[in-house]
Amino acid sequence: MRVWGYSAVLALMLAGSAGAADLAPLEPGEELPGGTATHSKAMNRDAFSHFSVNMPFAKEMDFKIGNGFFKRFWVTAPSSTKAADGLGPLFNSRACQNCHLKDGRGHPPAEGEEAVSMFLRLSIPAQTDADKQAIASGHANIIPDPTYGGQLQNFAIAGHAAEGRMVIAYTEIPVKLSDGETASLRKPSYSIADLGYGPPHADLMISPRVAPPMIGLGLLEAIPEEDLIARADPDDKDGDGISGRAKMIWGMEEGRLMLGRFGWKAGNPTVKQQSADAFNGDIGISNPLFPNNAGDCTERQKACRDAPHGGDKQYDGFEAPANVLDLVTFYSRNLAVPKRRDATDPQVLRGKQVFAETGCASCHTPSHKTAKRPDLPEQSEQLIWPYTDLLLHDMGDGLADNRPEGMASGTEWKTPPLWGVGLTKVVNGHDFLLHDGRARGVLEAILWHGGEAQSARDKVVSMPKADRAALIRFVNSL
Amino acid sequence: MKRMMMVAASAAVLLAAGQAGAAGVDKKAVLSNYADIAHAKYEDSLIAAKKLKAAVDSLVAAPSTETLAAAKTAWVAARVPYQQSEAFRFGNAAVDEWEGKVNAWPLDEGLIDYVNADTYGTESGENPLYTANIIAHPKLKVGGKTVNASKVDKKLLEKMHEAGGVEANVTTGYHAIEFMLWGQDTNGTGPGAGNRPASDFDTKNCTGGNCDRRVAFLVSATDLLIDDLKNMVDGWGAKGKIRAKLLKGKPDTGIATIVTGLGSLSYGELAGERMKLGLMLHDPEEEHDCFSDNTHNSHFYDAKGIQNVYLGQYTRIDGTQVKGPSLSDLIAAKDATLDGEMKAKLDSTMSAMGALVKTAEAGEAYDQMIGAENTEGNAKVQAAIDALVAQTRSLEKAVAVLALGEVKFEGSDSLDNPSSIGK
Repeated sequence: MRVWGYSAVLALMLAGSAGAADLAPLEPGEELPGGTATHSKAMNRDAFSHFSVNMPFAKEMDFKIGNGFFKRFWVTAPSSTKAADGLGPLFNSRACQNCHLKDGRGHPPAEGEEAVSMFLRLSIPAQTDADKQAIASGHANIIPDPTYGGQLQNFAIAGHAAEGRMVIAYTEIPVKLSDGETASLRKPSYSIADLGYGPPHADLMISPRVAPPMIGLGLLEAIPEEDLIARADPDDKDGDGISGRAKMIWGMEEGRLMLGRFGWKAGNPTVKQQSADAFNGDIGISNPLFPNNAGDCTERQKACRDAPHGGDKQYDGFEAPANVLDLVTFYSRNLAVPKRRDATDPQVLRGKQVFAETGCASCHTPSHKTAKRPDLPEQSEQLIWPYTDLLLHDMGDGLADNRPEGMASGTEWKTPPLWGVGLTKVVNGHDFLLHDGRARGVLEAILWHGGEAQSARDKVVSMPKADRAALIRFVNSL
Repeated sequence: MKRMMMVAASAAVLLAAGQAGAAGVDKKAVLSNYADIAHAKYEDSLIAAKKLKAAVDSLVAAPSTETLAAAKTAWVAARVPYQQSEAFRFGNAAVDEWEGKVNAWPLDEGLIDYVNADTYGTESGENPLYTANIIAHPKLKVGGKTVNASKVDKKLLEKMHEAGGVEANVTTGYHAIEFMLWGQDTNGTGPGAGNRPASDFDTKNCTGGNCDRRVAFLVSATDLLIDDLKNMVDGWGAKGKIRAKLLKGKPDTGIATIVTGLGSLSYGELAGERMKLGLMLHDPEEEHDCFSDNTHNSHFYDAKGIQNVYLGQYTRIDGTQVKGPSLSDLIAAKDATLDGEMKAKLDSTMSAMGALVKTAEAGEAYDQMIGAENTEGNAKVQAAIDALVAQTRSLEKAVAVLALGEVKFEGSDSLDNPSSIGK
């Protein structure tokens, strides 16, 4: 666990304004979580949609065109717009932006609303030795359901049945906190209604996922792999109760095992592979990395397999050819992290101190230095503050989806970055956090932590309420 | 009175602090003229929007082919000064924050009014408001909550803008008004713009249903545009906050703001998102003024705005000129050849844009030019893109010549000087 740099003199000076409580000092660069790529524009609903500030003019065109494709509504093939047809046949969304709303965070559907920006991942346990081998070697994340594939698409093009509808039921669980405060957690349970293609496999496993925010992805990609792996402690040799496992997965372009960094269970190692995967699974768009024109349609969904597709010859047989994938990847890498708000506020600095003392920073690693990457100049050699170790941690039964993904177990999740989390409400109009948006705000998200984070969570429950308030304020200032 | 004197006094201090360039070109004077041009363009936009409002009032008072045509003409005229003002985006934070309400595009018109299901599609599952049709529905569901839309007014339009976080849910600004006046363009890459009948605004012999609500939508959207433009006019006025921010900062930061706006509009926004993307997709929907088929003018006046900000002279809609020290003067003082190159590049862009206008006026609309089979049209659009790219390259050289150094465009103090943080 990283120990905060600390200046006793500064702490004494600052302590005067906040009573006896210790204040953490503001560290150099801390206010600019994305290094020189950080933007300091208005913290309004567009706060996640700006490009890396250190990006030269010459790249603005690619960024804007990438944004155009990110917003683009894909249409059913065949259409007169050959360059943007090939939707589905099964899909969760017609456009990247429709799940990554305002480049921000998705949300569970309101009552009576069709799910957008959230869906269920599907898989079954490994059936054969070959299945087991594929997963153990990092070549596959999951074994798809033989009928429904790797995720439940709740939309389909005309003439085809959607796969089904995610149903969520919540139960409220009251939680008592110190100093007379209380909270309530909504515990979700998930099921599928209106199955469009008959019964799924008897051992079907489901995992709900909301679309994560798009900011800072290129910076996370640029953290040296060895630095992240060095923080892993799979057998908890240092005995701090925190393991941290590196999720390794096959890099399709790189042709080697790489650290998984993107997705709630670190399913993909690069922004490009993640984008390509989402193109194919979420929108049904083939591309050089995921060339299936029918997207997530399985062999049992024959009509879907046989439907017209948009993989035209002029686009190398792909619905999204290499240049489109590259533009979307470039865009996705360069969405800037916003500058911190109120970073010098005494309550925020006190919260930072509490964050460290409570052990949050053991997994939500505050800062990293990015590598020098000739292919990622905007992301190179930056001091960044994402508050994640990008490693897998056992988060306990409460959060478990009980659906392993590659080397990640059914109780493990990748530590998600915290930068920008406090702007969720401003950008997306809600503050639903965690992989399925069950937490309504930072406090509930903390209270859901279990497993390796149980002791930290318990400390938050029992700490003086002023400290708890400071902690939440700090997280919201990120 | 006292406050006014203080303002005047601080303005004098600012002027005195301005740094004169190599040949006596004062950067503060350049910034001041830039602000004057901004003020003039927004004021012209406001004047033109008020004329549009008058035409809209005539339309709704007596809907006819003539009054509808007059309103459309007024809309097209209103775009002329506004598009020229886009050069003030991308750098002036207050303009960027404001712009989304005024010129948001593209829009899912089914949110606002009836559409032809054959060409539009009936649902975009993930945009639940894709066919919400505000005009036909006094109650709307947004994110599981019921919105009372019984009264169509400015408030409702503002509330529904970007509803559900979907950027294509546009209910305010020029393009919402454009859709109101023209209706949906159902012609694909074939000829023809939207063709809404005037009777859609006729509450006595109503077509399309809910004419009273359609009238209220059009009038409210136009009123809101006027309100928004007023804010910008004030912001750039003698005592305006946007002007003050620009003039009170470091002169080099202000100059960088000008250059950022010109470069970002040329390169990313216009050449990239508005032109190259459409050309890659060959999609008629990818045209900026898609209902009115006015895209050629929209692009032309964007480019013109870039040129006249560089030159520091703007011809107002009444024919008078606003003219003063310019970025051109600053660069000429350091490198006359480069200034000449820049001017030549801006001229080439204008002739490439002129070719688009000429083609459109001869009957081939911009959305036809970007059609997949139209090699000649594609080449004309590509030529304009290439010209914009070329002028941006020269602009980059200008940045070097101006020695703005490490001034971070759109930056703040902390971005300019990261080492100062934490001290």
